Amino acid sequence: MRGMTLIVKSITQLMAPSILLLGIYIVMHGHLTPGGGFAGGILIAGCFVLIVLAYGSEEAKSEVRKWRATFSESFGIFLFWFLALLGLIQGTYFFYNIIAKVNTGQPYHLFSAGIIPLCNIAIGIEVGAALFAIFITLVVFKVEENL
Amino acid sequence: MIVFILAILLFLIGLYGVLVKRNLIKIIIGLMIMEYAVNLFFTLVGFREGGTAPIFSEGLSDNVFFVDPLPQALVLTAIVIGLGTTALMVSIAVRIYEKYDTLDVRKIRKLRG
Amino acid sequence: MLTPLILLLVLMILGAIVALESKDLLSGIISLGIIGFALTIIFLILHAPDLAIVQIVVETLTLVILIAAVLKTTREDTTEKLDTKKVLLWGAGLIFIVVFMLTAVKALRHLPDFGLPTLRMARVYIDQGFSITGASNLVAAVILDFRGYDTLGEATVLFTSVAGVVTVLRKVGRKKS
Repeated sequence: MRGMTLIVKSITQLMAPSILLLGIYIVMHGHLTPGGGFAGGILIAGCFVLIVLAYGSEEAKSEVRKWRATFSESFGIFLFWFLALLGLIQGTYFFYNIIAKVNTGQPYHLFSAGIIPLCNIAIGIEVGAALFAIFITLVVFKVEENL
Repeated sequence: MIVFILAILLFLIGLYGVLVKRNLIKIIIGLMIMEYAVNLFFTLVGFREGGTAPIFSEGLSDNVFFVDPLPQALVLTAIVIGLGTTALMVSIAVRIYEKYDTLDVRKIRKLRG
Repeated sequence: MLTPLILLLVLMILGAIVALESKDLLSGIISLGIIGFALTIIFLILHAPDLAIVQIVVETLTLVILIAAVLKTTREDTTEKLDTKKVLLWGAGLIFIVVFMLTAVKALRHLPDFGLPTLRMARVYIDQGFSITGASNLVAAVILDFRGYDTLGEATVLFTSVAGVVTVLRKVGRKKS
């Protein structure tokens, strides 16, 4: 798959950091404004998909490897399980919101609502890496016949 | 009441696409239409006339009229699961084309590879 | 309030009919995009901004994946002849749709009216959600604190689908011996 023309490449260089920043913003403010982990994670994957589409698949094969995407996805879901198990270690039930009872931040600010922003970050990492792995497998790598 | 009937009509159009069509991509399109219709119907049940989005903000009065947040949480999960299902179906369709060189469901049933 | 909703629903139904009956597969997929974006506007009319954001990004990525699939396989629908078997199939499908629709109308009379839900389970979430969790967004509080198991199941389903995609599209198949 070839890349696109020079105009598209220049615009991608300008736009891709903004899209990544918007995705991270939507993930971090998931408990204050609409959005949350899923929408922000898919936006983060969209930024990397845009870079691969604009520069062609030859650069994608050399720069970003498939195992890095699957490793990040496994790391994201492992972090989510760890946050859920923290309640069991403390002595209460599964998925207990432990941080909200220890030191509550102020409402309507960024540091509030206990364990919810950390869960959003874990889900954002997992969903972003998962969708990028799906795109790379479908589009970039060629499927060969049975040997 | 009429909006419920239109949403179920959309679901039935998707069901017709799954049952009658012969191309694999058309079957996948029919399944996606069914999934859109179900998400829409579920959100329509939870709508409250005169309510606002279920988000608190500073300076809001105490008893505000909110739209039901529970169907929205369930539909959020359903949309992302639909994306995973679509990706898997599409990858199986690509693999079938690489192996049998056709996307017609009747012809694939006759070949035993 | 009701008129834009009905107009958008009629647009979705027309788009669905075009998507299923077109001969060129690429036009069918673009019609599917029309349905998805109309659904986003409907979610905004129904005061659900969380769902609108998720639906628009999911729709864009689904269109990219589907166009990649169509460009790897054929681009046009298989030609179908008009014979008696096909007319019988259409007739049976139409009868099934009419019977289903009549049963559904009978069942829909038992639902509460559009715009006046019963709110039996969500009364606790609306009244005490902010004081128990401290989150301003009620939908985020519901999916991550009150119903965390559903989110865990959803993350697992997405993980499984990625594992399936990577396995199905492997390079090395089974050896023929």
